[in-house]
Amino acid sequence: MKAAADATRRGTRAAKVMEPFTALTSSCVVLPAENVDTDQIIPARFLKTIERRGLGAHLFADWRVDAHGEPRPEFPLNSPDACGASILVAGHNFGCGSSREHAPWALLDFGFRAVISTGFADIFRNNALKTGLLPVALATSAHATLLEQLAESPREQVTIDLETQTATLPDGTTHAFTVDPFARHCLLNGVDELGFLLEQDDAIAAYESTHTSRVCTR
Amino acid sequence: MTLPRTLFEKIWDSHLVRPEKESTPAVLYVDLHLVHEVTSPQAFAELRNRGARVRRPDLTLATMDHSTPTTPRSAGRLQVLDAQASAQLEQLETNCEEFGIRLFGLDDTRQGIVHVIGPEQGLTQPGMTIVCGDSHTSTHGAFGALAFGIGTSEVGYVLATQTLLQRKPRNMEVRIDGVLPAGVTAKDIILAIIAKIGIGGATGHVLEYTGSAIRSLGMEERMTICNMSIEAGARAGLIAPDDTTFEYIAGRPFAPAGADWDAAVVRWRGLSPDETASYDRSVHLEAASLAPMITFGTNPSMAIPIDGRVPDPSDAGSRAERADLDKALRYMALEPGQSLLGRAVDVVFVGSCTNSRISDLRQAAAVMRGRHVAPGVRMLVVPGSRRVKREAEAEGLDRVFMEAGAEWREAGCSMCIAMNGDQLEPGQSAVSTSNRNFEGRQGKGGRTFLASPLTAAATAVSGAIADVRSLS
Repeated sequence: MKAAADATRRGTRAAKVMEPFTALTSSCVVLPAENVDTDQIIPARFLKTIERRGLGAHLFADWRVDAHGEPRPEFPLNSPDACGASILVAGHNFGCGSSREHAPWALLDFGFRAVISTGFADIFRNNALKTGLLPVALATSAHATLLEQLAESPREQVTIDLETQTATLPDGTTHAFTVDPFARHCLLNGVDELGFLLEQDDAIAAYESTHTSRVCTR
Repeated sequence: MTLPRTLFEKIWDSHLVRPEKESTPAVLYVDLHLVHEVTSPQAFAELRNRGARVRRPDLTLATMDHSTPTTPRSAGRLQVLDAQASAQLEQLETNCEEFGIRLFGLDDTRQGIVHVIGPEQGLTQPGMTIVCGDSHTSTHGAFGALAFGIGTSEVGYVLATQTLLQRKPRNMEVRIDGVLPAGVTAKDIILAIIAKIGIGGATGHVLEYTGSAIRSLGMEERMTICNMSIEAGARAGLIAPDDTTFEYIAGRPFAPAGADWDAAVVRWRGLSPDETASYDRSVHLEAASLAPMITFGTNPSMAIPIDGRVPDPSDAGSRAERADLDKALRYMALEPGQSLLGRAVDVVFVGSCTNSRISDLRQAAAVMRGRHVAPGVRMLVVPGSRRVKREAEAEGLDRVFMEAGAEWREAGCSMCIAMNGDQLEPGQSAVSTSNRNFEGRQGKGGRTFLASPLTAAATAVSGAIADVRSLS
């Protein structure tokens, strides 16, 4: 029984759960607002789904669409320049608020693979890294430079290279960013942390043997 | 000789299955995993895909709260009219049955908001690690438990392994000394803290609330404070356990008893921060300087004393901050320099994992008693759990609210997240005891002013934002 369970777990080890992320060159959508919260990214009324897919249709629903269901032309995602862009450039503290993983799911489902900001809320960053959406935190000066360049030439492309942890801006300058080494390994290979954690079975069992359960919910 | 440690460090150290290395985060053990209908279905689906089991169903508890109706029961049962919500709730039942997890479902007398039922059932105890797919898991930190919100992928990891990969957060002390003035509550303290340190001011940190003002608070007030730690961006909020904590836990259904209780209290007393322990950062507030607080903008840090003035964006420190404030004032239909007192509201909501416990309802009821909800205002009172509801009814609080013209509802998250049909209409304004005033949070186009239960009740009877201290 135990051997079978172990085999099952070993089988899960290399499970590819997301598209690997190595490097990406794309045009960008610029949403310069600071403190964009997850209620804006995906409003709560769309969280009644039991699926991961399909949320892109509702990404930024209340900013993207007016009360009559018509696209707001002034919203950056509705601009013709947004077409085909897989990088979102946002203001500081992107993704604050709720822990809903539906936020990165919605961004991915819409077609984004990376978000560039100067900083991310902790839970959003964790969720993004686990779903294959790369949060790129640039230095404030590099971020400001990028915004200026995209204001002048909105269709210019940015290259994000996770191997080298660099972003190359339209003017050719290269700027470093850092991603947790383990999350980077997972993204480069398209694997999640669950395989690694399942391999810790012996260590977890050893811990449990000395750490008395605090409660029993049964 | 070990180095002096903070409360956070003591809990962290005692839950390391594997210490942190440069290449890999720490493997952190989870003592209690709380599950609800909205952030778990995709995690259970992933378990099925991978052929994984739930490692410790005995350390896992599920409830239904986010998308549940709060309209009256019919023949004792809740009517879930929303087909999608109904399917999500049924999915949780199926998942709990298949994976052997105890569920406090809609028919269970213990059902309620996940962060209300954990403590009231005695499941939340000092020194534990607690996670839930919900950012307000920080609530449980009031007991000196390291508790934080996780995403759905991590819900799956915890179900399968009872562990998480975590980098050690930094540690920030928030010290509040002194005596609170009349009319100032825990909600006002935490709104003042968030206004001081900012919406992202505690990102990457675990907050530890210390000082005489914190020590003087009851457990439900401490929960209100820890609950909103996330609104400053913190991973978690903590308050060291003391006699107030132990008295609250004693005798609750899942609390230790007999010799186990005595041993637990000895262990819990050892959790207090060592006297010479140091924090990465510290901030300090004087309780005596605090006033009832209310938010004016579209994130919880945009808060002012209730008798203060809406700030002028042109005074903002940076261009980005100015743009943020401008946008918020436009959405809220407010002018710089304006007072919020006397501003008409359409709805008053008393509820949510921040302020729906019995002490919150008692405070609101004390204001409502002998008064009436103003014409044109709708007031919803939503207890945090079925147990809170029974307790309130035993004290007659339901009658106080209903005689005042308020709606007395079934337990759940309700209008805090507006997933269940309880929501604002576009353009409506609400004073709400909940935790988030983001655009559309309480319904598309709705405007939220966050405040304490006292301020909410004073507003309901006045028909406009009111200062409870000057209620005639």
